[in-house]
Amino acid sequence: MSKVLIIAEHLNGQLNTATARCVTCARALQPEAIDVLVLSDAPAAVAAQAAKLDGVSKVLNVARAENAHPLAAVLAPQIAAAARSGAYTHLLLPSTTFGKDVAPRAAALLGVGQVSDIMSVTGPHTFTRPIYAGNAIVTVETPSDALVVGTVRTASWPAMGEGANTAPVEALPVDAVLPTHTRFVGLQQASSERPDLQSAAKVVSGGRGVGSKENFEIIYKLADKLHAAAGASRAAVDAGYCPNDMQVGQTGKIIAPELYIAIGISGAIQHLTGIKDAGTIVAINKDGDAPIYEVADIGLVGDLFKLVPELEAAL
Amino acid sequence: MKILVAYKRVVDFNVRIQVKPDGSGVASEGVKLSPNPFDDIALEAALRLREQGIAEEVIIATIAPADAQPHLRNGLAMGANRAIHVVSAEPVQPLAAARALLKLVEKEQPGLVILGKQAIDDDCSQTGQMLAALWDRPQATFASKLEVADGKATVTREVDAGLETIEVDLPAVITTDLRLNEPRFIKLPDIMKAKAKPIETVELASLGVAHGGEISNTNYAPPAKRSRGVMVKDVAELVALLQQKGLA
Repeated sequence: MSKVLIIAEHLNGQLNTATARCVTCARALQPEAIDVLVLSDAPAAVAAQAAKLDGVSKVLNVARAENAHPLAAVLAPQIAAAARSGAYTHLLLPSTTFGKDVAPRAAALLGVGQVSDIMSVTGPHTFTRPIYAGNAIVTVETPSDALVVGTVRTASWPAMGEGANTAPVEALPVDAVLPTHTRFVGLQQASSERPDLQSAAKVVSGGRGVGSKENFEIIYKLADKLHAAAGASRAAVDAGYCPNDMQVGQTGKIIAPELYIAIGISGAIQHLTGIKDAGTIVAINKDGDAPIYEVADIGLVGDLFKLVPELEAAL
Repeated sequence: MKILVAYKRVVDFNVRIQVKPDGSGVASEGVKLSPNPFDDIALEAALRLREQGIAEEVIIATIAPADAQPHLRNGLAMGANRAIHVVSAEPVQPLAAARALLKLVEKEQPGLVILGKQAIDDDCSQTGQMLAALWDRPQATFASKLEVADGKATVTREVDAGLETIEVDLPAVITTDLRLNEPRFIKLPDIMKAKAKPIETVELASLGVAHGGEISNTNYAPPAKRSRGVMVKDVAELVALLQQKGLA
């Protein structure tokens, strides 16, 4: 039987929903236990949120001042020690920038390879994952006698809900020497009143066709009308129309909203990689031959500067 | 200070990937190969540090079959001083790559190792982090800004929440994000000059890289396709459809 340890991702005392997606992935392993490890300077609030997730057996806290910020070099030795001490068969993190930073470092300390971007579980040691920007899906098998370390492709797994679960919360003593060679300086958070791009039910994205930073206002306006997050193609980010953290695609964020509206986005393969799990894709572009229409559920061809304000008014 | 840059050869990003009908891999015959775009950014970052006088030497390293010499010439033409070709007929996984790179690091003693944040073939995003772990040195992944002074690197990282800045003591491992820089174009005279630059060849097997923890790829399949939907003629029709689906 499998025993899973999930590393909680959190910021400012809030558990990231990516962790609840990891729980869903962990449950696909049909394990005997799913424990969540919270590494923080003050883990109580985050641990309380994790304890409510359906399927979680136990929440383990490591409260250390060094854990105030998620530095991979500081967290990885503690994660490796916790994975060793608890006789776990699987160690899972979300495939977010947090998980991608930390998981390989922990895996290397544990002497095992790592599975990136788990899309599906077909057995305790068999998984599928995307390669070549999602243009091929590979089935991977990890050694049957070794711990599995994986990151969970969040767009492939719905978030586990909060039910009546009240998993016990325990402090975990971790014996690990922590380095001081890596120091947190600051985090400049995108100040947005809009929903978070990675967990939003609806997303409105603009591409190069939007034409300028000023013109991006029409994307934001439509997003606000729909209570949607705002995203962008790489072309729009490269052109300086909007900040980097709005980028959707192979090298940006991989998302799976219920509704994705692509405006002035032609649909490069690297962008389509980031949206292929969306429920409904709507494309608005002036070029009816753009590749985005090959994946769009609803296509509308025309001048976005006329159509988008019209759409906003009609909703 | 020396800088070691991991410089991987991958299928060019413009190639449309085809999965072989028998599921044994992706078609690679006659397919255009190029440097991993993120590794070009890594090399550019290293060259700029050399031009600023912070580094004296930039070494590129690849783990690839014997036919990868033109790939290394490309990196030398871009400006690297010399190259190390770790010859392996078979592709290596991130953990094995990190173990091999560690051997090079132990020999060359670089102040910085710079890698792309991911290779666009296997999309793993692991090798830099694993190398940093095995080397027991700092890592600064997904870098969009890099400043090196006084034995330290100050790195701005592109994280989901925004931009995070960390400070790391050297030696350290950096992995590059898209917007760290725009790699330079190679000029014809540089291609000529690169022909005279040294390429050291070493067999992967001779490095004494530890085995274990390998993951096997058992089957390749094309992704599930989304089917083409409907075209609407105006906004009213679009809104009606969205309402029908309960999305507006």
